[in-house]
Amino acid sequence: MLSKLWNTLNKLSSKKPLKYTLYLSSIIIFFAIILIPPIIGILINVGSVQVVLKNPSEMNVALGAISNSIIIGLVVAALDIAAGVPLAWLITRSKSRWMSVLDTLADLPFIVPTSALGYSLLLFWSQSSAGISGIFGTIISPGWLLVMLLHFTFSYPVVVRIVVGALLDYKMEYERASRTLGAPPMSAARTVTFPIIKPSLLAAYVLAFARSLSETGATFIVAGTFLNGPIFLQTVSNQFKAGQISQVTYQGETVFASLILIAVSLAIFAVISVVGKRIKLPFGHGLPVFERKISYKKGVWTRNSIALFVFIVIVLIPSLFVALPAFQAITEGTPLVQAFTSSGVWSTYWQSLFLSYGLAVTVTILGIIIGIPMAILIARKTFGKWPSTILDTLLNVPIIVPSIALGLSLKFFWQGTGIPEFLLLVFAHLAITFPYFVRSMSAAMDRISLDMEEAAKTLGAKPFTVFKTIVIPLTKYSILSGAIIVFTRSISETGATLAVATHLQTTPVLIVNWVNALRGVTKPIAGVDSLTVGLACGFLILFSLIILFVLRLFTKKGKT
Amino acid sequence: MPEIKVVNLTKKYGKLYALDNVSLTIHDQEYFSLLGPSGCGKTTLLRCIAGLIEPDSGEIYIGNRRVDKDPPEDRDVGFVFQTFALFPHMTAWGNVLYGPKVKNYDQKQADTIGHEVLEMVKLNERLDAYPSELSGGMMQRIAVARALAAGAKTLLLDEPLGQLDAKVRNEIRYEIRRMAKDLKLTAIHVTHDQAEAMSISDRIAVMKNGKIVQIGSPQELYMHPNSLFVAHFIGESNFLEGYIIKANGLSEIELRDGLRVKAINPDIKEGERIVLAIRPETCDMKTGHLEAENALHGKIDKITFEGTLIRYEIRLENGDRLIINKPSLTEEWVKMGQDMTITYPLEKAHLFQYPEAGLAEEIKV
Repeated sequence: MLSKLWNTLNKLSSKKPLKYTLYLSSIIIFFAIILIPPIIGILINVGSVQVVLKNPSEMNVALGAISNSIIIGLVVAALDIAAGVPLAWLITRSKSRWMSVLDTLADLPFIVPTSALGYSLLLFWSQSSAGISGIFGTIISPGWLLVMLLHFTFSYPVVVRIVVGALLDYKMEYERASRTLGAPPMSAARTVTFPIIKPSLLAAYVLAFARSLSETGATFIVAGTFLNGPIFLQTVSNQFKAGQISQVTYQGETVFASLILIAVSLAIFAVISVVGKRIKLPFGHGLPVFERKISYKKGVWTRNSIALFVFIVIVLIPSLFVALPAFQAITEGTPLVQAFTSSGVWSTYWQSLFLSYGLAVTVTILGIIIGIPMAILIARKTFGKWPSTILDTLLNVPIIVPSIALGLSLKFFWQGTGIPEFLLLVFAHLAITFPYFVRSMSAAMDRISLDMEEAAKTLGAKPFTVFKTIVIPLTKYSILSGAIIVFTRSISETGATLAVATHLQTTPVLIVNWVNALRGVTKPIAGVDSLTVGLACGFLILFSLIILFVLRLFTKKGKT
Repeated sequence: MPEIKVVNLTKKYGKLYALDNVSLTIHDQEYFSLLGPSGCGKTTLLRCIAGLIEPDSGEIYIGNRRVDKDPPEDRDVGFVFQTFALFPHMTAWGNVLYGPKVKNYDQKQADTIGHEVLEMVKLNERLDAYPSELSGGMMQRIAVARALAAGAKTLLLDEPLGQLDAKVRNEIRYEIRRMAKDLKLTAIHVTHDQAEAMSISDRIAVMKNGKIVQIGSPQELYMHPNSLFVAHFIGESNFLEGYIIKANGLSEIELRDGLRVKAINPDIKEGERIVLAIRPETCDMKTGHLEAENALHGKIDKITFEGTLIRYEIRLENGDRLIINKPSLTEEWVKMGQDMTITYPLEKAHLFQYPEAGLAEEIKV
């Protein structure tokens, strides 16, 4: 029965109408669900900002918060590049066997959901506030510095991953040519390697910036009294829920801040993309002499040591520090028993975990189904060059727009339609994660030569058969790695989730709430103590690790 | 000035020897080729000399200075890459000036050098074009100009013509040689194309499996190959298998099926299994089955017209095949199936001991 259906579809697949229906429906879904609602929702409510414009002090608070976000984003992204590039260099260039270990370790903070990461950093840098007897005591209190450290930590692996990829793809021959022409290694890197991989460096910078601008939950944990864009929005929403401000004020302030956040982030993205392309580093007369001094043994040793120190002390250990209370909870026994018997607050936890994973799986599956035709469209330029370029550019929008603003806009767009909250969560997560999948898939499509598809066609394969027998086998590992990104992003998402959900609570949101209750920022919750939170984070990380490990086993096998 | 000396150089990749104890001296101002099939170690050797690959052991000298511990930027060699490796983010002019700039010459000096080398490669147009906009031949010239502008007295070329069309390739190869000679450079040219190596080199080292098989001028290698491998790799050879029946100066040989011929024998003992190598263009052939001293007989089995040459494949009486090339315009053509009598000059046929690994394995490229 199924094979009959397949055969009919396969025969039909060479017919243009079916082909176009498929591609067009993917485009329509992209516009109608992923791209337009998160922007329109804000725009149709733009009238409500008058409340804010009439209240300059409130407006200044919002603008101050947003500029904090932007400054931190720009600075953190620059620091990420400065610290991430040397590590990526070490990973790709060293011949030591330990490098693959280092490579894997660099991914670890990536899989720790950001809210757990926030709690972990809070414990590491500022233990006294969490009530655990610490090793160092408080080094950094919650505030802007801790926010910067947090943002640095979670965007660092992204930068390392992108730069490692770029350096692996980079043809070493250019650098060798530069060396034979008399350039010491540092000069060769500056004048040849970095300019050639500049697009990747820019992409890494933009992505680190965007993630810093978007992150909400973990920032909320470590911010203290510090306000940035997302925290401001979250605070306003909390005040509204607590009945401290009116619906009009709430909507006005929210729309105002979201609008500016969206506009500014898009503008900065546009500036970086346009200006970045034109930036040419001057050759630097005399610089090679200096670079010669730091290019060899001592210089390299110092650079590697600093890179490793930053990675281990500032990124790795603080990210995993939450394991400490988790182990403490396990050795103590009681919290563990409570967890497994689902007593007290734990029943909420397991519900939230169920929701988080259910949501992530739904979003991943939908993302793959809608994303594949879109990726083919972009990579194969099915409708011509311009539509592909435009679609590809538009894909940046959901990445660049801060997720809490995206979520709020989405909420305004759908409000009053009676849409189920779970569906709203799906839409929000889909919008945020979709571009990552399409990018990963279209890059994979770019790598397989069109010749192979054409060869299959000349041998008599219909389009569906070509897809099944050529495209899927050759790209399945990219599909899988794209799916992993979607999945982990969804598991760790807090900004948009906080914005759209009123009743449902995903695990990262629950952890944020628990930590804030623990710290006395919000009302204490009975049964939530530091060991409970530690264990809750521990479980979340453990499950993510297991899932990733299983998926990695599949991807590793396919590496050629 | 720069004589290049390599002493006992070894480089292993896992268990495989890319270079197996190689020693070699390249004279000052010599145009030297490293020739061999892919995987023979020629590129590894060149990259070791440039400092792009670190050998496991051995020494390298450039102009009396030991350089094997120096980084590439301190070796003062110009390197032309097979893919040219022109920097894609710089114009042709920017590429040429890279060496002088990175060596901190002042702008004026760099400009002068730039113009000089471009003069030499006969390229003075499209200098503001980016590499992706240039033709293969132009990219090649820029790559050479860039290597020369850095001021090196040694030019290392890694299959520099591999990416070019056949016609352009033939033109440019003589130009490179002329330039190297004009500038009094020592040049090492890596190639797998024996015709290319033969036509431009002062001397050639033939390599196989990480070892140098033979070094000599093109004529020496062609006239006096020291091994079956060289006889096969340089030019073309017919190989006939047999045994030594009588070993004195001019030995008597029994080929398969009892055919008997004579050949000059250096030092192979009586009763040993041998291979007789005869170049296709050295043979003389006459129509008909004629009795003659040291003659072979056979029938024309296949004729291929190759333009300049006609290639006859002859099936000998014992079933062995023999190829004979004849000029296509100056000699009478022979028909298929024709009986032929073949003779060859004794001093141009070479006798080799039958290789332990078998003939096919020995000449495998």
